[in-house]
Amino acid sequence: MNDSPQPLLSVRNLQVQFPTRRGALTALHDVSFDVMPGEILGVVGESGAGKSMTGNAVIGLLEPPGRISKGEVLFNGQDLTQLTWNELRKIRGRDIGAIFQDPLTSLNPLYTIGDLLVETILTHLPIGQTEARQRAIAMLGEVGIPAAGERFDHYPHQFSGGMRQRVVIALALCAEPRLIIADEPTTALDVSVQAQIINLLKRLCKDHGTAVVLVTHDMGVIAETADRVCVMYAGRIVEIGPVRQVIQEPRHPYTRGLMEAIPHAGGALTELAQIEGSMPGLNDIPRGCAFHPRCPEVHDPCTRSLPSLVEVAEGQRAACHLYGSAP
Amino acid sequence: MSQAMNKAGNAAVPPAGDNPLIDVKRLVRHFDVSGGWLYRTVYRTGRVLVRAVDDVSFAIRPGETFSLVGESGSGKSTIGKLIVGLERPTSGEVTFNGHRLDALSRKKEMAQRRRMQMIFQDPYASLNPRWRVRTLVGEPVHHLLKGRERDQLAGNLLEQVGLSPKDLEKFPHEFSGGQRQRICIARALASNPDFLVCDEPTSALDVSVQAQILNLMGKLQRDLKLTYLFISHDLAVVYHVSTRIGVLYLGGLCEVGSREQIFENPRHPYTRMLLDSIPDLELSGKPRTPVQGEVPSPINPPPGCTFHPRCPHAEARCKVDIPRPLTLDHGAQVACHAVEEGRI
Repeated sequence: MNDSPQPLLSVRNLQVQFPTRRGALTALHDVSFDVMPGEILGVVGESGAGKSMTGNAVIGLLEPPGRISKGEVLFNGQDLTQLTWNELRKIRGRDIGAIFQDPLTSLNPLYTIGDLLVETILTHLPIGQTEARQRAIAMLGEVGIPAAGERFDHYPHQFSGGMRQRVVIALALCAEPRLIIADEPTTALDVSVQAQIINLLKRLCKDHGTAVVLVTHDMGVIAETADRVCVMYAGRIVEIGPVRQVIQEPRHPYTRGLMEAIPHAGGALTELAQIEGSMPGLNDIPRGCAFHPRCPEVHDPCTRSLPSLVEVAEGQRAACHLYGSAP
Repeated sequence: MSQAMNKAGNAAVPPAGDNPLIDVKRLVRHFDVSGGWLYRTVYRTGRVLVRAVDDVSFAIRPGETFSLVGESGSGKSTIGKLIVGLERPTSGEVTFNGHRLDALSRKKEMAQRRRMQMIFQDPYASLNPRWRVRTLVGEPVHHLLKGRERDQLAGNLLEQVGLSPKDLEKFPHEFSGGQRQRICIARALASNPDFLVCDEPTSALDVSVQAQILNLMGKLQRDLKLTYLFISHDLAVVYHVSTRIGVLYLGGLCEVGSREQIFENPRHPYTRMLLDSIPDLELSGKPRTPVQGEVPSPINPPPGCTFHPRCPHAEARCKVDIPRPLTLDHGAQVACHAVEEGRI
């Protein structure tokens, strides 16, 4: 799977557990993926699939008592799971930026956006106050905030939703990180603004050569943005591959169902295909393949053994017994 | 037709032909968000009004699904609430089945109101967590039916929406989001309504569950001859469910037309812009014109056409004159100076 260039981020057999009084609940099972430098990897799934948790685990921001119980997160060859909190803090923001869903709660309301940007830049880059200020204003201009010089001294509440998300993107990019974890960056925004933010994120990452892990539930956003996509279900990756292939020729029955369930504007007006039932909770994940109670193509081995990811097309892997199972 | 409903709520026959079931005329709803009297006196500020709905007129024919689509702050939910009577209009009128409900006596008004119901966006917030499903679903008819009869009805309704009568004893927390929305639909159907206002019924749900709910709503519409007002910001969903569509921007309708007219031949620049912002799942790679700007605040809407600051075709007249809705040759209604003057 790995070609000659080194992956920037390599997640290997990641397992996340939540200890409870009745034993540990496993939220992520055996999640492995690579992100190449400059690549946008989409992570898509329905609520409860573990997509946000994957993003949070990579940057070490799991809500306690959740913890990484197995596996490694190699960033540039360094295992992030072995670092102390303070070592990790130096990497977060400097090498790995983060963008969260709600732009209002991710900005401190008591600081002007200029303060926030300058503080971030001074923390991570060896430059002086004046230079940091210039850089911050340039950054605001780059994310499309008009009159950046004046807006510099404004507080977050003085910005609209889309403008706030632009500020958050400027914050994530201002230390020139090599990787950004974007968790549902457009979900809180209106459709017309969503298109603007997607375009902005794409353009900036291309200009700066930044890789992105884009976590979202919206296949449309993935289709517009990502190079590769990984589809998650009940804490596991069920399909991963180049975005065009996964969207046009999904192999896993879950991905197929998901694609057919999305209404298309301009499509034929038949009934929508529906997947019966809903995602299982963490405490009652079915035996065997977690998708089997909802799967239209369920057959004998599905209820007993867990399928592993096997190559179904060039660069595309799916975890389904339809395609055989690697030992 | 205005007789009070009989027991299970068998409503009068819906009017035949082209008579609209719902007729909304010049509806206006302003919210006063100014400070108190002392604040206004001390700081010498005037009244501050949010023009949530500003002069909106449309009609819904029996059996159709009329969709209101718009971004946040466009007033789509307020219109839904005004129609079912959860808000009172500042001015303008809503006629249901030929009656102005606010002109009827209280008793007659309630009997008519029972024929329209609402499904809300968030199925987690719209079910009382302390009530069992039997109470929740039976609530709309609790003073019409008693005991076993009511439970019988609630059980039938649950079956109709794909749940089991055994679920009557359960509490809302025992259900997933999609199942809760089914309970909300069952509750809305309890009084045997003709008309449902569905306020973003699937936006809190996952796509696979969204498909289940949309299919269920389609089936119920065919079986029970329901009329829907469907409120959504998701154009793909709107395309899928609607007969006719109204596009809202800052409290005003900018275009009303059939689904084909809106999606195949959009005329208003805002409609075109919205259609352009649908993510392209086919990966056709067609270029899209990114839209500039955001929805302004409805507290101080721009003068003239409210869309002019974002409109690529805006001219001097658009900044002064409010465009009137104009019926075009193909039947759609558009409120735009540029369309009227033949510029686009």
